[in-house]
This record gives sequence, C-alpha cells and structure tokens, in this order.
Amino acid sequence: MKYIDTNLVQKKMGSRLLRNKLAKLFFMLATLFGLLVLVILIYRVIRDGAAWIDFDFINNKLSTDPERAGIMGAILGTLWLMLVVAPVTMILGIGTAIYLEEYAKKGKLQALIQTNISNLAGVPSVVFGLLGLTVFVRGMDLGNIVLAGGLTMALLVLPVVVVAAQEAIRAVPGFLREASYGMGATKWQTIKNVVLPASLPGILTGTILALSRAIGETAPLVVIGIPALLIPLPDGIFDKFTILPVQIYYWTLDSALVAEYTNLAAATIVILLVVLFLMNSVAIFIRNKFQQRL
Amino acid sequence: MQNTAGQNNTNIRALIEEKKKTKSIGRTMEKMVPGILLAIAGVSIFTTIGILLTLITETFLFFKEVSIVDFFTGTDLKPLGDNAVFGVLPLLTGTLISTVIAMLVAIPIGLMTAIYLSEYASEKARRILKPILEILAGIPTIVYGFFAFTFVTPLLRSFIPGLEPTNILSPGIVMGIMIIPMVASLSEDAMSSVPNAMREGALALGSTKLEVTFKVVLPAAISGIIASFVLGISRAIGETMIVTIASGSSKNFTFDVTQSMQTMTAYIVEVSGGEAAAGTTLYHSLYAVAFTLFVFTLVMNMIAQYISRRFREEY
Repeated sequence: MKYIDTNLVQKKMGSRLLRNKLAKLFFMLATLFGLLVLVILIYRVIRDGAAWIDFDFINNKLSTDPERAGIMGAILGTLWLMLVVAPVTMILGIGTAIYLEEYAKKGKLQALIQTNISNLAGVPSVVFGLLGLTVFVRGMDLGNIVLAGGLTMALLVLPVVVVAAQEAIRAVPGFLREASYGMGATKWQTIKNVVLPASLPGILTGTILALSRAIGETAPLVVIGIPALLIPLPDGIFDKFTILPVQIYYWTLDSALVAEYTNLAAATIVILLVVLFLMNSVAIFIRNKFQQRL
Repeated sequence: MQNTAGQNNTNIRALIEEKKKTKSIGRTMEKMVPGILLAIAGVSIFTTIGILLTLITETFLFFKEVSIVDFFTGTDLKPLGDNAVFGVLPLLTGTLISTVIAMLVAIPIGLMTAIYLSEYASEKARRILKPILEILAGIPTIVYGFFAFTFVTPLLRSFIPGLEPTNILSPGIVMGIMIIPMVASLSEDAMSSVPNAMREGALALGSTKLEVTFKVVLPAAISGIIASFVLGISRAIGETMIVTIASGSSKNFTFDVTQSMQTMTAYIVEVSGGEAAAGTTLYHSLYAVAFTLFVFTLVMNMIAQYISRRFREEY
C-alpha cells in the first residue's frame, strides 16, 4: 500500500491552488482599499478646498462672511501652541527617557513609570481635555489661553516623545559610553557629551512626530473651551486663541447652514495636511540622514 | 630662580584651587541630576494621579446628586432643562454600536492587509504600501470627521434611503477605516516575527501559501493579532471628533444604526463646549461619563497588554 494517494493529491491540488490565488487577490484588494480611501479623501478636500486658497484666505482674520474669512488667527494660534508644546514636551520627554534608561534601577519604580507611560498613551484625548479644563483652565485660573492648551497638549503627546527618546538612547552603542568613561568622564558628562548627541536624531524624529500629532488634535482643545467666536489675533502665550483643526471643526458643523463653510473647511484641511506632510518629511529626512552614522 | 619657582608654585596652587572648585560644581551637578530627572519622570505619574483625582472627585459629587443605579440603568438622557435626567445607557449604546461597526470594518480589512504585506507582497510592493498606510494613520481625526460628514454620509444615503443626515453608521465605518492601519501594522509585526523556518517546514510538506498562513503563521502570531484588535477597540471607544461631527447629538436610546446617536466622547465635547457652569449637575455629569470612558479604555489596554505578555510564543 502506498502512503500517498497520488490521484487524490492530484485531484485536490487544483482547487487548493485556486483557493490560494483567490485569497491572494482578496488580500491585495483589502490592502488597496486603504489606498483607495486615501486617494478619494485627498481628491475630495482638494476639489472642495483648493480653489479657495489664496493670499487673502491665509492672511485674513476669521469672518462670518465666507468670501472674507481667513485663517491667520488659526495659523498664529497653532504656532503659539507649538511654541509651548515643543519645549515642555521635549524637556519632560527626554528627561523621563534619560532617567528610565540611564539612572533608574530595574525595579518597582522603573516598572511603575514605564507601565504608567504606556497606559497614558491609551487614555482618550477628551479625558486629557478634561484634565486641562480642571487643572489648568479652572484650577490655576489660566482661562482658555495658549499656555493652558499647550500644557494639556504637551502631556497628551508626552508618551510618544518618551518612547522615541528611550529607543534612541538604547540604540547608542556601548563602546561609545565605555570610551567616554575610559577618558575619565563622569556619568552625567557621558550622557551630556556622548549619549545625547548620538541619540539626538532619533529624539528629534520622535519629537516632530509628536508635534504633528499635537497639530492635528482637536478634541482636548474643544473641551478646554476654544470659542467659535471671532477673537483678535493671538499675540503671545497668554492670549485666547484658535487652531486649524478647531476651525475645521466649527466650519464643518455649520456647513449645513452656510454651504461655503464646507469649502472653507476643506481649504483649511489642505493647509493642515500640507503642514503635516512637511513635518513628516523633515522627520523622515532626519532619520535617513543620521541613521547610518553609528 | 627661587622666585620664579615660588611664582610657579602659587600659579599651580591657584590652578589646583580653581580645578577643585569646578570639580565640586561638577560633583554637585552629578549628584543633583538624578534627582532632577526623577522629578521630571514623576510628571507622568502626577498626570495619571491628576486624571484619576479630577475624575473621581467630580464623579463623587455627581453621584451625590444622581443615584448611581439610575445613572447606569437609565435609558433617558436629558441633561438640559429643569427636570434633567441622567441615564448613561444611550451614550453607552452609541459607543458600543459605533465601536462594533468600526471593528467590523477594521478587523477583516486590517488583518487581510497584514496577511498580504507579511506573506504575499514582494519586498518592492511592501516598500510602497507600508508608507501609504502610515500616511493613512497620520491623518488627523478631524479630517476623517469631515470626510464622514461630507462624503460617506451622502454616499450611503444614495442607497440607504432611511439614513438620517447625521447617523452612527457613517462615522462608524470611517472610524474603522481610521483604525485599519493600526490593526494592520500591529498584526503584521506579530506575523513577521514568526520565524521563517516554520513557514519553510510547512511549504516543504506541500502546503500552499494560504495553508501556511492559516495553519502556521496565524496560530503562531495569534496573541499579537488579538492584542491589535483589542487596542483597535480601545481606540474606537476613545475616538471623538468623527462621531461628534457625523453622528449628531441625539440622545435617543436606540439600536437603529440609521439614526443619530451620541457616544460618551461626543457628549463630553458637546457639554464642555457649551455653558456648563462649574458646580452644576450637568458639569459633574461630564466627569461621570469621562470616568466611565476612562475605565473602559483602561480595561481594554490592560487586556491587550495581558494577552501579548501571557500568550506570547517565544521562538
């Protein structure tokens, strides 16, 4: 008796191969679905918005008249917000990462901070909004100004920076540290003069990605109470402000009332996506440029 | 001679003194740095404590005014007006239904994408497709909200006649699309870490790629794949702007996906954006809802962490 029934194998082979081919086709189609959505999405916002983008749209203040409305306030607000978020989140993120990677002893405290950071990364952004509303806007009585929004946002994106900085610090080869110690450098000197410069590209990439997340976040700032009203252009971090995504939100909500608001929202989306694209390009550029050096 | 030597000596002594001084500055620096860094690292702990503290204290105040049983079993939610009623069930069903719809989209498509990228795609195709998925993952949720409201809803309305202008179906689908990259890339990571020797063993026995995928790779990577689903669910529960824009603010207790429904997240945005004065029941209800939301997502994240740790196969 033969162990393998060749006839049976032959008979089944065709359908097995066919099934494999069909499955491959389905898997490919599923993958292309994402691509298709991306194309439709970008086509739609460009079709609705591109024609509305001109110098006046960038340069004008908010207005209820769609023809005269511009996003200068939202652009300035976004810039001021980033001016708060970037330094705060970098100091907190890099400091936490150095502590966890270089100083913390393996133990309960280190595990607690590490678990805490991964749990914070999973907290919905509206909850951070409520934290900001309670602590910064009402508790410290800052009001809904740039500083309050920026601190809220900095805490929200902190886990991204911490994880990126930790990975970058971990990737610094041991012999660099040893060489530094061999020259008589102390621990802090080694960190400051060897580890941080070597891990800077990775840290910067992570920070830029965190900032691009912050630029697109809407919910926390709506929760801390950015008004839909017309406000003067923000002049500093103690002014009331609005940002691009919040502007998109209010225009989309009101698009049922004024049809042109759809176009204004789409035009603002185009600007926002261009900004994000540029930021991500810079991050990828830094990553590629400095990756091979070690 | 004597004189210059003496001068040299004092010079050297001065140098030594100076060196000692800078060294002692360096030493205090060396001692202070760990403390400073620990304080910085502590900020993340204080953030969590801050979140818990604000949510718990205000939720406590809320349950002084509204009974906890009424809150969790109430099907009526009328937060405004004199006879305000706070039942959270309409919000829970809204969140549940939008999450289910999102996962019905994200799980199959995300998993199929992961299988294609990890098992079928050529190196070249993968190099093109993965960045595109990353772009999809990087698009702000407000943009997806705009997309759901101005494109997907009208599209669905053209062949589902009873669909309301604001409904839970369209944001649910778009949320699913938003989560596809997350499920796909986490599942793909899990599948890519299955060693090639296992695939080759199965292929050598005469399996087709499909059989290798379903009988070898998927079972081996199942913990990472399930964890990606759970993280996707947690993301869907916490997602805010898409549902806020495209699902309206109706607080009806219904399971009809063609209707407008409100999720927990959308309620928080609506109420906090309005004129909820601090200290009112309406204001406290924000925190009760947020606390419920926080517990849901925290449990989901912990399940995901547990699964990927407990059931990880080491090769």
